[in-house]
Amino acid sequence: MNESLHTVTALPAARPADRPFDPPAELLDARRHGPISRYTHPGGRPGWLITGYDLVRSVLADPRFSSRRELMNVVDFELPPAPPGEFLLMDDPQHRRYRKPLAGRFTVRRMRLLAERIEQITAECLDAMEQTGPPADLVTAFAKPIPTIVICELLGVPYEDRGSFQEQIDTFMGGETSEEELMAAYTATQEYLAELVAAKRANPTDDVLSELTGTDLTDEELKGISLILLAAGFDTTANMLSLGTFALLRNPEQMAALRADPALTDGAVEELLRYLSVAKTFMRTALEDVELGGRTIEAGTTVVLSYHTANRDPERFADPDVLDLRRQDAGGHLAFSHGIHQCLGQQLARVEMRVAFRALVDRFPTLRLAVPAEEVRLRPETADIYGVKSLPVTWDKGES
Amino acid sequence: MRTTPLRADRERCIGAGMCALTAPEVFDQDPDDGRVLLLRADPPAAHRAAAQTAVGVCPSGAITFQEPEPSGS
Repeated sequence: MNESLHTVTALPAARPADRPFDPPAELLDARRHGPISRYTHPGGRPGWLITGYDLVRSVLADPRFSSRRELMNVVDFELPPAPPGEFLLMDDPQHRRYRKPLAGRFTVRRMRLLAERIEQITAECLDAMEQTGPPADLVTAFAKPIPTIVICELLGVPYEDRGSFQEQIDTFMGGETSEEELMAAYTATQEYLAELVAAKRANPTDDVLSELTGTDLTDEELKGISLILLAAGFDTTANMLSLGTFALLRNPEQMAALRADPALTDGAVEELLRYLSVAKTFMRTALEDVELGGRTIEAGTTVVLSYHTANRDPERFADPDVLDLRRQDAGGHLAFSHGIHQCLGQQLARVEMRVAFRALVDRFPTLRLAVPAEEVRLRPETADIYGVKSLPVTWDKGES
Repeated sequence: MRTTPLRADRERCIGAGMCALTAPEVFDQDPDDGRVLLLRADPPAAHRAAAQTAVGVCPSGAITFQEPEPSGS
């Protein structure tokens, strides 16, 4: 079997301009050779790249693989453990201690209760877009403000603080900033959140962060939790909304089907999640020797899990590279991950996307790109979350 | 004694809500910590397929479903 072992030396920096929705060709090629490839981390450490659906899913469900940052064996210096509260980079039982008080605040039922407010926020964004356009940048008019307002209201971030805050998150999620800029944005956000947590403890209001000050979590921990919730809470959904609209505009028959049939909305959201997988890759480190796909992952070795190729695995999804909003099994995607770290806010994201995509297609029946598709500027592969930087759109005025 | 076909392990559960999303007639979530609440341990035939799907999508492997033995052959 060794002779067929495929090696990937670096993750590609960009996607081909004519295939902005597909994982980079090198990764699709790796998966064609088999679900697991040899891989060298950017810091030179040997690792593995897992591109097949079944193997990615099995690693995510396997407690022998760790999420702890200090165990990530990717660079030639030791990474520090996650700051208090940043539970994405922890294993149980630490992870569970943080997740447990949060899970009850993001249930299916609670998130559905927010639908009406999200509809209102979405309508306000679309009203403003209609009044000032056409044209409009769908990113700044629609994709960013909706999830930003929702997560800020949910957590209790005051309205006047949102602008600066969104900018900082953009800086450290965009994938195009220097180490210094990154650190400056991170520090500024940390300072802001420390003040916010202190303010909520002193004067609790009706929001999740204030509620959490009533638990045994310390201010340091609450700061870390808030950072995760805010960063994960809008950059991901914002990019799904903008990239998802771009994908729909490039697949007009799918867009027309969605517009014609509101019952298609829920399935459309799952299919867009599968097809786009904006959270592309995550890492895990083996805590012991693990047999995987006929290979031995040695203890202490870090594997890269490629969600976007897993979600395009033909052994799991028929015609995986086709966007098909009527696909029955799209819900099995790994876009929200799997295992104990599966997205805490996924039920919120679902409600946001269902409401926002529905309202957008209903409001603008003639929505189209205002520039040639190849001129739409996309995030580089170095960004943790893939997406479009701006999406110029236009429509026939007075149509609605 | 006959065991119930559907079981939920609240210690494993992480409260992701996939079961309540997939089979709301069979599962709900605890409003305090989001963890699984089993509404029907022996779901009627109409809800069995959804319950089975929920088992498959549960991220923490917290629910198990023993399909009743088919009668006859």
